[in-house]
Amino acid sequence: MTEETALALTNLRFTWPGSTGFTLEVDAFTLPKGERTLLLGASGSGKSTLLSLICGISTPSAGSVTVAGTDIARLSRRRRDRFRAENIGIVFQQFNLLPYATALDNALLPLQFAPNRRAKLTDERAEALRLAAALGLDPAQMTSGGAGSLSVGQQQRVAVVRALIGSPELIVADEPTSALDASAQASFVDTLFTHVEAAGASLLMVSHDERLADRFDRTVRLEDIARVKKAAAV
Amino acid sequence: MIFARLAFRSLAARWLTVSLTILAIALSVVLFLGVEKIRNGAKASFADTISGTDLIVGARSGSVQLLLYSVFRIGNATNNVTWESFEDIREMPGVAWAIPLSLGDSHRGYRVLGTTAEYFDRYKFRAGKGLEFTSGVAFDDVFDAVLGADVVASLGYKLDDPIIVSHGIASFTHHEDKPFRVAGILAKTGTPVDRTVIVSLEGIEAIHVDWVGGGRAAGSLTAEQARTLDLSPKAITAAMIGVESKLRIFTLQRAINDYAEEPLLAVLPGVALQELWAVVGVAETALLGVSLMVVATALIGMVAMIFAGLNERRREMAILRSVGAGPGLIMTMLIAEAALIAAAGAAVGVAILYAGLAALQTWLDATYGIYIPPTGLGEREMITLAAAVAAGALAGLAPAARAYFISLSDGMSVKM
Repeated sequence: MTEETALALTNLRFTWPGSTGFTLEVDAFTLPKGERTLLLGASGSGKSTLLSLICGISTPSAGSVTVAGTDIARLSRRRRDRFRAENIGIVFQQFNLLPYATALDNALLPLQFAPNRRAKLTDERAEALRLAAALGLDPAQMTSGGAGSLSVGQQQRVAVVRALIGSPELIVADEPTSALDASAQASFVDTLFTHVEAAGASLLMVSHDERLADRFDRTVRLEDIARVKKAAAV
Repeated sequence: MIFARLAFRSLAARWLTVSLTILAIALSVVLFLGVEKIRNGAKASFADTISGTDLIVGARSGSVQLLLYSVFRIGNATNNVTWESFEDIREMPGVAWAIPLSLGDSHRGYRVLGTTAEYFDRYKFRAGKGLEFTSGVAFDDVFDAVLGADVVASLGYKLDDPIIVSHGIASFTHHEDKPFRVAGILAKTGTPVDRTVIVSLEGIEAIHVDWVGGGRAAGSLTAEQARTLDLSPKAITAAMIGVESKLRIFTLQRAINDYAEEPLLAVLPGVALQELWAVVGVAETALLGVSLMVVATALIGMVAMIFAGLNERRREMAILRSVGAGPGLIMTMLIAEAALIAAAGAAVGVAILYAGLAALQTWLDATYGIYIPPTGLGEREMITLAAAVAAGALAGLAPAARAYFISLSDGMSVKM
């Protein structure tokens, strides 16, 4: 593993809590720094679990999850929360924002937990508004009213601002386009690429939509890297 | 601070349920503090009924009973005090003044008190306030009467109106042959004086001068004939005593209680009031208990509201977790929310209480004689309010703990 690796999974084992007996195993997966990778997987294939492990919200029972040179599986829960805030920007499928808070407050949220990301910025508000403007959101939309009143597409773009602000190493996007219509999907992905590249970050995007594949540096099928077992088969 | 803003906006987004919860807590706080205020006001007004009098003397019975019939006009004396005994007491060393009280007759449901004109100077209430006349003057004729404010308000008398006194309490025998004349009307005091018809001792003597035992003797006398007789009283019901020096009160009390000629009882009004209040205290504690229960109920309602909201806020928690918030912060935010709602409820409650007091104070005083001074919250009330807010925060621990585990187990996969 080199400094040029944004994400590396090695001999990862995870068992769902409780007696369900489901396990997820990934022997090896790497995401080189600066690369944009599409992870294709049908729903129920363990995508969400894998993302929770990569983001350090769940902990593996064995193996390592190395993000930007740090094995987050070895960190305490508190340090993992802090690490996630500093190094990973996350865009969900939908309902990304706190609906009652302004879009701007939503975008600034990760900086509250990430002093290093905050330190990179001279003016957090100005940076958030600059990114928002680059993504086609005007300042009035960012600052007036609750974020819940924005359209789904606008909310997804605010989520991108939130993920990119302060330039984290890794952007993880979980089906960010599935709530958008076809024409909006293409422009959203283009915008995302442009800004991830400008920020010098790496992108891991999870989707079930193969049509997006040709836009990415690399496409990986989840079933090729991960084995999902159901104990019921025993 | 962004989290304070977020917490506030989160509450504002749920304004209907939140404000109803705040209102419930506010009303429970109003009830609790209101009970406290009225209880203290009633207690103070009760204690304020008589002031400046050092001892009350009557025939030997219970001290509470003596206080009730002599000051509050409740119940009756078991026995009288002879005029000779009263004169002996008045001559005892250390006695500054002594005022005889003769009770037992009534006028249309109001007690008639026979006393001397000195009563109007000596009777004090509410920390030394004296009786004032709204019209007329104290009696100077045998058949003059002075009316309390409530008597005038309900029966509509004017100066110089005639008044017929009835024999005994709730009686059908009237002293119609010897009517009194309204000579003065007293201002409202908030004490039993308001419900009293006050006449001279000689007047009481005059209307009974031709009575033998419990009935009118044959060949009754006219009012004018009665005037010519010796109207010096033979017995009284009780007496108010003032001492020259407070240090002498207990010596004097013992001397009266040991009086050889007649079994007498002397009580300190304040002590007898304390005894009386101890009797009422049980109901008082029950009332306090009920109002504390209401506060607890309102807090439980708040916890139920927060619990009910948790499920729809799972998404909110997942978002906060994804940007790096630990489960501890989510727990803290929920506890803070509970404390904030409880504090808002307490603040609104205090505001409602004082607005209500300002609006009702005059009416309460006029109608029930309960004077509630417009003072701030007492130490005890402050402590209770702080305890309610702390209890709210503590109660918030339950949903916060649930949120903690939800945010750990949900991770990023919340299905909406």
